[in-house]
Amino acid sequence: MNPLIEANDLLRIYETRRGLFGRTSPVRAVDGVSLAVVQGETLGIVGESGSGKSTLGRMLLGIDPAQAGEVRFSGRPMPKSGTAEWRALRAKMQLVYQDPLAALDRRLTITAQIGEPLEIHRMIPKEHRAARVAELMAAVGLRPDQAGRFPHELSGGQRQRAVIARALASRPKLLVCDEPVSALDVSIQAQVVNVLRDLQEQNGIAMVFISHDLKVVRNIADRVAVMYLGRIVEEASSDVIFQSPQHPYTKALVSSVPVPGKPLEGRMILQGEPPNPAERPSGCAFHPRCPLARDICRTSVPALRQIGSGRTAACHIVAGEAASIETLRRRA
Amino acid sequence: MGSANPNLVELRDLKVTFDGVEVLHGIDLDVARGEALGLVGESGCGKSVTWLAALGLLPGKAAVTGSVRVDGRELCGARRSALEEIRGGRIAMIFQDPSSSLNPVLSVGRQIVEALRLHRGLRGGAARAEALRLMDMVGIPDPPRRFDLYPHEFSGGQCQRLMIAMALAGQPDLLIADEPTTALDATIQAQILDLLNTLRAETGMALVFISHDLGAVSQVCERVCVMYAGRIVEEATVAQLFSEPRHPYTRGLFDAIPRIDAPRQRLLPISGTVPNPKHLPEGCSFSPRCPRAVDACGRERPPLTPLDDGRRLACTRPVPLAASRRRIPQGVMQ
Repeated sequence: MNPLIEANDLLRIYETRRGLFGRTSPVRAVDGVSLAVVQGETLGIVGESGSGKSTLGRMLLGIDPAQAGEVRFSGRPMPKSGTAEWRALRAKMQLVYQDPLAALDRRLTITAQIGEPLEIHRMIPKEHRAARVAELMAAVGLRPDQAGRFPHELSGGQRQRAVIARALASRPKLLVCDEPVSALDVSIQAQVVNVLRDLQEQNGIAMVFISHDLKVVRNIADRVAVMYLGRIVEEASSDVIFQSPQHPYTKALVSSVPVPGKPLEGRMILQGEPPNPAERPSGCAFHPRCPLARDICRTSVPALRQIGSGRTAACHIVAGEAASIETLRRRA
Repeated sequence: MGSANPNLVELRDLKVTFDGVEVLHGIDLDVARGEALGLVGESGCGKSVTWLAALGLLPGKAAVTGSVRVDGRELCGARRSALEEIRGGRIAMIFQDPSSSLNPVLSVGRQIVEALRLHRGLRGGAARAEALRLMDMVGIPDPPRRFDLYPHEFSGGQCQRLMIAMALAGQPDLLIADEPTTALDATIQAQILDLLNTLRAETGMALVFISHDLGAVSQVCERVCVMYAGRIVEEATVAQLFSEPRHPYTRGLFDAIPRIDAPRQRLLPISGTVPNPKHLPEGCSFSPRCPRAVDACGRERPPLTPLDDGRRLACTRPVPLAASRRRIPQGVMQ
């Protein structure tokens, strides 16, 4: 199947300034990322803060322009952001973010907000709008009597449902969800995850699900990409990657998830902090924290390579490159 | 004051009212010397308010009644000077967001030294030496070089370590950690949990760990209280609670958490939402959301009652033992 959305070698560099008059230094927020998502599939993107996962999500929608590389939607290149073609295309791809209160207009009732995309994209005649809004509200599990409420009159979970309903109004083919349930309580989180999953199954939407919560990603994603400092370091199906993580960073990440009832002992606890993206370590960016790091990891950047059927990893050790290169060196 | 009493802190019928709305409805809770107690529940259940009230840290509009005894001394309604002696000295507290708890315009070294001066009367070289020792103890690499740095020069995880160092400055008997890892990345969260365990083993202090994350709680605590709508609904050891949750709410929380070691499946959420404290349902506060509720649950509120196995439970129709055991997937209690 042809991918619905495809990204090739995306690059995004931010300039950060040190102090008021300091020099600017480039931060490679997204550094050579390629991915593809087919219709009806959910790709999970996990990583810690500063890994570039949110920037990547925005780039997929064309909100943040790529400085190099390209995004293709339905096989065609993404139009420039702000153009009429891009606006029209945005109806087909929607974004849901973490904080629903910030995403909603406080002065409009939720019915008005859910109906807004229908108006903007002139999707259906006015007289059918109310019925479509009611249908959307029912689909995300909002009660009809909540239609006239304002955002502050709803709970966090209900607000996120309203945001999802609004995102679905234009019948998108792609939904990018950036930490959609991170601000919600556990019992409500499960409700919203189920809503997303049901909607996706019913409508065959492709979804990019960005989260730092591995448990939620495990539950909703078909395939998972792990990011570290702007690059994908491992990608595999959700079943495989959590059961047998290969990249040392993925291993540490999976191991750091507290499993209820399992003691802390025997878990892999990484030393050190994620490095400052402005001071990216040489070679493999993970090497200062990596328990397996060798000489080659300090000097050469590992490429993302196939390490099994349908799975890739960017690690010298996992790919067995380290061994072969070191023997070469010894011979030379 | 007797060492015969194993309890460091005893809360009795602790109630908190904000603007005429009662949000904490009579908490009875003991913390023994050296033990690690977890408090879990969703936002607004009163897990933080309980300890803010106990330490007199709530704003003036909050009315606190009941009894808070530390080593037999009554804190509720005590003079400010008596409270200050306890706070920071006997009991220290750390919060979710370390960067907002640190003073941005003072070097971290000075802030730790200030805590040492207040609580232990240390000054000059002795205070600096002790501050460096504390920084080292909480895992700040190369303390002498970083003594004069400011909070913004540290990462979130390191700021939380510095907060812990300041909390340890008074050599407290009890550390209250309010969601200390919630704002941190997964790998850093594991480091901080590990640090809390190590520090407790080294110093013998008691720990109250407040969190919404059952997984994190199970890794640092021995005993857990589950709170809902301003009340404790179940209290048990970690082993009991995780193998056989009896309160339907506890059970619901476990079912709602996606599992990293299970296949993809629909989650089992708890229906409905947490009630507004202004309009608490009649009877058991959880009854409108409870799958096991019968008519009586909506009329009469079950009190928190001790059971034979040592746990306390507030439920008229608890999850049967066999059923609660069978549903926990294998490999959980390794």
